Amino acid sequence: MSTELDVFVGNTTVLDEDVYQLWLDGHTVSNAVRIRMEAGALQECEANAEVLHSDTMDQFRTFQMCERLLQSPSKVANQLLFQIPPHRQTMLIERYYEFDSVFAREVLGKKLSKGTKKDLDDISSKTGIALKCCRRQFDNFKHVFKVVEELKGPLVENIQRHFLLSDVLARDYAAIVFFANSRFETGKRKLQYLSFQDFAFCAGQLISYWTVGAVNNVMEDLDVDLEKEFLHDLKDLKVLVNDKDMLDQHKSLVCAQLRGKIKVFSEMEASFKNLSRALVNIASKLTHTKDFRDLFIDLVEKFIEPRRSDKWTIGDLRLFLKHYSSSVHTLEAFRHQVIWDRYMGVIKSCILKMYHD
Amino acid sequence: MPGKLKAKIVAGRHLPIMDRASDLTDAFVEVKFGNTTFKTDVYPKSLNPQWNSEWFKFEVDDEDLQDEPLQITVLDHDTYSANDAIGKVYIDIDPLLCSEAATVISGWLPIYDTIHGIRGEINVLVKVDLFNDLNRFRQSSCGVKFFCTTSIPRCYRAVMVHGFVEELVVNEDPEYQWIDRIRTPRASNEARQRLIFLMSGELQRKIGLKVLEMGGNAVVGYLQCFDLEGESGLVVRAIGTACTLEKISSTLPATATHPSNSSPSKDMKEPGFGEEAPGVPLSSGPPTPLRAQTFSSFSPSKSYSRQSSSSDTELSLTPKTVGIFLFPSTPTLESESSPLPSAHLPRHLWPGMASRSTTPPPLRLSKSDTAILRKSVSFSEELLLAASGMGSGGSAGKEAGPLKALLRQQTQSALEQREYPFFPLTAFPPGFLLHVGGVVSARSVKLLDRIHNPALGNTRSYKLLDWNSFTADEPETRDAWWEEIRQEIKSHAKALGCQAVVGYSESTSICEEVCILSASGTAAILSSRFMQDGPLDTEHRLSRQPLCVFSTGSERVEGDMGSSASLGFEEVVSPGCGFCHIPYDELNIPFPAQLTYCYCCRRYKVPDVLFTTIDLPTEANVTGKGCLIQARLCRTKKKAQGEGNATVISNLLPFLEYELHTQLMNKLKLRGMNALFGLRIQISIGETMLLGLASATGVYLTALPSPGGIQIAGKTPSDITYEQHISNMQKKINDTIAKNKELYEINPPEVVEEIIGSPIPEPRQRSRLFRSQSESSDEVSELDLSHGKKDAFVLEIDDTDAVEDIHALLTDFPTPAGFYSCNTEIMPGIQNWTSAIQMFTSVRVFRLNASLTSQGLNKIFSDLCENLLKSLYFKLRSMVPCCLCHLNFTVAIPEDELIQVAVTAVAMSFDKEQLLENGKQSGEKTLIKAITENDEQLQFNLELNAETPSPNPLSSPKGLSEVGSHLSARALSVDYSSFADRCSSWIEQLKLKAHTIRRGSVKTTSSMEKASPLPEGRSRSLRSNRSYSGSSVAVVKMTPLSFIPGAKIIKYLGIINMFFIRETTSLREEGGVSGFLHTFIAEVFAMVRAHVAALGGNAVVSYSMKECVFMENPNKNQAQCLINVSGDAVIFVRESELESTSVQTQSATTHTSNGAEGT
Repeated sequence: MSTELDVFVGNTTVLDEDVYQLWLDGHTVSNAVRIRMEAGALQECEANAEVLHSDTMDQFRTFQMCERLLQSPSKVANQLLFQIPPHRQTMLIERYYEFDSVFAREVLGKKLSKGTKKDLDDISSKTGIALKCCRRQFDNFKHVFKVVEELKGPLVENIQRHFLLSDVLARDYAAIVFFANSRFETGKRKLQYLSFQDFAFCAGQLISYWTVGAVNNVMEDLDVDLEKEFLHDLKDLKVLVNDKDMLDQHKSLVCAQLRGKIKVFSEMEASFKNLSRALVNIASKLTHTKDFRDLFIDLVEKFIEPRRSDKWTIGDLRLFLKHYSSSVHTLEAFRHQVIWDRYMGVIKSCILKMYHD
Repeated sequence: MPGKLKAKIVAGRHLPIMDRASDLTDAFVEVKFGNTTFKTDVYPKSLNPQWNSEWFKFEVDDEDLQDEPLQITVLDHDTYSANDAIGKVYIDIDPLLCSEAATVISGWLPIYDTIHGIRGEINVLVKVDLFNDLNRFRQSSCGVKFFCTTSIPRCYRAVMVHGFVEELVVNEDPEYQWIDRIRTPRASNEARQRLIFLMSGELQRKIGLKVLEMGGNAVVGYLQCFDLEGESGLVVRAIGTACTLEKISSTLPATATHPSNSSPSKDMKEPGFGEEAPGVPLSSGPPTPLRAQTFSSFSPSKSYSRQSSSSDTELSLTPKTVGIFLFPSTPTLESESSPLPSAHLPRHLWPGMASRSTTPPPLRLSKSDTAILRKSVSFSEELLLAASGMGSGGSAGKEAGPLKALLRQQTQSALEQREYPFFPLTAFPPGFLLHVGGVVSARSVKLLDRIHNPALGNTRSYKLLDWNSFTADEPETRDAWWEEIRQEIKSHAKALGCQAVVGYSESTSICEEVCILSASGTAAILSSRFMQDGPLDTEHRLSRQPLCVFSTGSERVEGDMGSSASLGFEEVVSPGCGFCHIPYDELNIPFPAQLTYCYCCRRYKVPDVLFTTIDLPTEANVTGKGCLIQARLCRTKKKAQGEGNATVISNLLPFLEYELHTQLMNKLKLRGMNALFGLRIQISIGETMLLGLASATGVYLTALPSPGGIQIAGKTPSDITYEQHISNMQKKINDTIAKNKELYEINPPEVVEEIIGSPIPEPRQRSRLFRSQSESSDEVSELDLSHGKKDAFVLEIDDTDAVEDIHALLTDFPTPAGFYSCNTEIMPGIQNWTSAIQMFTSVRVFRLNASLTSQGLNKIFSDLCENLLKSLYFKLRSMVPCCLCHLNFTVAIPEDELIQVAVTAVAMSFDKEQLLENGKQSGEKTLIKAITENDEQLQFNLELNAETPSPNPLSSPKGLSEVGSHLSARALSVDYSSFADRCSSWIEQLKLKAHTIRRGSVKTTSSMEKASPLPEGRSRSLRSNRSYSGSSVAVVKMTPLSFIPGAKIIKYLGIINMFFIRETTSLREEGGVSGFLHTFIAEVFAMVRAHVAALGGNAVVSYSMKECVFMENPNKNQAQCLINVSGDAVIFVRESELESTSVQTQSATTHTSNGAEGT
């Protein structure tokens, strides 16, 4: 004796958000039933295990049927198969595209290719996220990447328009696309302490200030690519460390501002040249793809780690960076103020974001 | 006469990828109607082609327009090989043929393929230019409106009800033709889909012709079914009620209703009644005379009939009525000889019919008629007076003459045609249903023989042949089968002293070559009032008014008319109980029943239990809530072939029915209720078993005596442990009854002994009443003690059946908190629906192990149904508090060892706060509703028989309609009439086994006067908050009910009748059987919604899934499913949007009224 077939179809598609989450998390039906029972679902409506199993099966099947649509969310609103109220549609889409930042951190900067997909079981065992769930998240990354890759115009808006995601989620996806496109090195051991959110923030900064779309609104290419001209111009900043006068002048200006205000003043004063050189060198190397990919590792190795070993507090660092970048304005011989600001604005916020344990 | 059909293909979207190389599609479209085909250009390399074609024009006969669907095929162009079909869209253009329905079909329709399901959508525009055909001999019936709704549609009024129409069409099933062996499954499925489209088109056209012949313009309660007889062919049959409907116009001046306040209606005591008037002018209460006037202003011909309320109209009608009662007194038993010698016709009359000696005494009838006539004359004078007060009354009188002649003609011709006084309707305007006799049903087992198939081996087109050219006498055979059954039903009804059958339906169950034909309905006496044409509603109205204390009660001589009273010719005393009064002769009861005086009016006799197939009349007085009651039965049978099989089945049937009946009765009592509505019994046959499922909604009718408990008796009292066992069980049962009474809020009010003017009850009766009164203080606990063994419903436990029964009784789970369920349209006591509705279909297939006993099977089947219900409750828990309405179970045995149960229903949320309030005033609520319904449907005439209305005696100051009808079902006595000779002794036994107890308690009607429309108003404001914003796809609501809560239906766009086949050869890949069926049902919903939206509608009402045939072959990874759905496409508007200044006044009408605001 067995139930051979068991379906329930509502004119308005019945969706249980809790079960949806279980499905998204990649649980099997029996697992999900167990979790629901533990959560006290049996107390509701005098249900029994059988009822719960039937309901879970049914919901899982519904989600599976919806999945095809969710992969191109714009279809969800004008498909005819499922009658779903708009706010539920939004919920379905948003949840489907949500991802675990632990997982995203692992994939960040990797090529979204089949090769990486094969490594998902490693990531799954490392993060404790079900493989099925990893696959969905990875496929989502890949899918979003593929779609926006060919589109012109602002990245975040493109993602929002095509995937109907919330602003926050769209920005996260933009970061993932940006990293996948630029292939920044993020996997090094020294970078392990950085979370996805750290990188996402940095990506946001880079996208906002350094990309093609950031300066002119002419939508001619994917604005994920950094502005070549700007990167080239960054070489001109070398003058700040190469020109001895300028370096000294810069140093004295910064010291004058910071004297007594930061605890590590003496260390700062002693190593000003190194500090400045580290930052300027990173800038001048960005034209080379290889060095560009190492942006974050460079920032950490050349700047953040030394400061950390010198026990700079975040407040000291913030003050230093503020005056370090602003005092350049008073250097009369320096003619690359605009480039400098554009560079330092981003670097400053990235460093501050990344400066933690 | 030709019509011109025009179609334009606009665009496609979401097309599938047909060219793997480019991941794109080169799509074009073929548009086909009849034998003409047009093609669009190829739109290369796109999944969202924009064809924007020219208008394709088809010049065709309107006959073809009715029969043929427009067929749109989307294909992928292929330069080197044959073009691949992407899918098809069939468009039924019938809604465009009726001026009052849709005018254009425009929108995105899913492209459907029988193998792949929905594959993208296509945007089309379809129009029809029709030149009306006035040829008398025409074969088309364009313009006849069809409604699935089994009541008068919400924005129409019935000018006249002409009667029963039926038709059937037969063809071979393409699936079983030789050619099926060589063609692809897709071609075969498409041939079948197309054939069924054609057949239902033809069927509809033919029914339409019959309606036109009868002088009607619409079919209400249109029920179309398919019999897939396999090898022997395919039958499409339909029944319906022919009516003349008139759209309620919105142009009525609201002012017209104001003078009503000066009319007698003022005196009426119904609360909120008068206030409604301005908001819903037409449907509003009392100002009837006025209304007649209003009508004449816009539709003169109709107003004639309305105005003709002068006294002589009635007189002219009188002879006819008598004729009806003399009904072609048919030979009571038609010949048992069926085409097949082995076929048996076990026919059952539910409430029993031991003696066929019915007494329709025409003489007495006419007497009463005349007596009443006098009265009607008297108040039509009143009426005229009132009317002339309004200024235009004079004209009414003058114009009455010629009209009358016309009327007479119509009535007479319609009467002649009324071979069967059957009405598939389940809800009636108040005043239409006078008395209900009980359920009548008939079944017949037939052997299907191979359909005559001269074309076997020829390639014959599926163009339907006319019956004449159909050489086989096949249709005649099927017709004759149904003829027999209908005759049987008719004679059963007669035996119950009823002249009509309402809530009538027909069904079949087929297994291999054996077929059970079933028909059932409710015997009833209908008001003559609705048979006369115009005057009725005015009179009706007057008679409802307290003014009408022309007190006929005194005029009528009780003694003289004693039996005629019980025959149903007394006027209804109280609106809420009239229909319960028995229609048959008390002294000559057709079956053993215990009669008591009505607990509402104390004047007329009522049975102790009522079974009916109709919806609960809105005006009925109900105590507490109702609930779904199901009897489930599974019986094994030996495998047999042909005639042997038919014999075995027909031998089993009566037992099956009897047991179902006993179960129903037990469960009813266990819930402390005394009446069943919406009873539907389904019997399915399989190779090795028979399934019986009876569903109904149990309620406690205030007019009927309180049911007794169930007492268990053992036959071996000596054994102490055994005694203990019994008393334990008894205790359990008593506890359950007490619990149920609490759950369903069944607290019948105290008996009010003094009812002035009521006839003194017989001593026996009285003592019973007294007893119950004394108990009422501690009713629940005393339940078991109060009934002596004599009165109690005794279950003897020695009987293994009884043990089983008791277990079955106690294993039914109560509905979880916050849920109610019923299989009727509405739940008594709940009116404050919110706009949240959820229609759903759930299907389960259960595989049984071989070698189970009947008992084991029984339990499995019962558990299956219970679990299904539980799952539904769980699924819909977010809607609590809610009620599952119109729970429609369908069982089938798709193959050996498989049981399939399909449920379609709608969950409707209601407002809890008001539930409490409602609980207190459920009576009043129902009344309010009844009032509003009155108003809306007073315009309902039936030319049936003349039983003249007369004013109410004292107890009808509630102003409710005197709808009456005697429900009666002393169900325990079962009569298998055609079996009588064979099993008479057996029947005797059965009857002995059955006992009933009644406990007295009467609900007085006085509380009704307290009702106020307030709660409704509140609930409405809630409703209006709940509509959610639209998306790019229009939301289409679906419901099996005839209304949408919180909304007003403003237009009917036509009938939706769709048939789909889906097949797969990759079952596993599609998620197994469940995945396959889930997708298919979702696709069917989607297609229904899309077609409704294309017609311009936003809802489907009276939706039903009439067929869901599922076959699988998991070993071959294959499955096939056929689904047939139907419903009425409508446009509704939220009441909140409709609201004008008259918010308050309109509130009481809520969803039930169909007021004057039109399109």
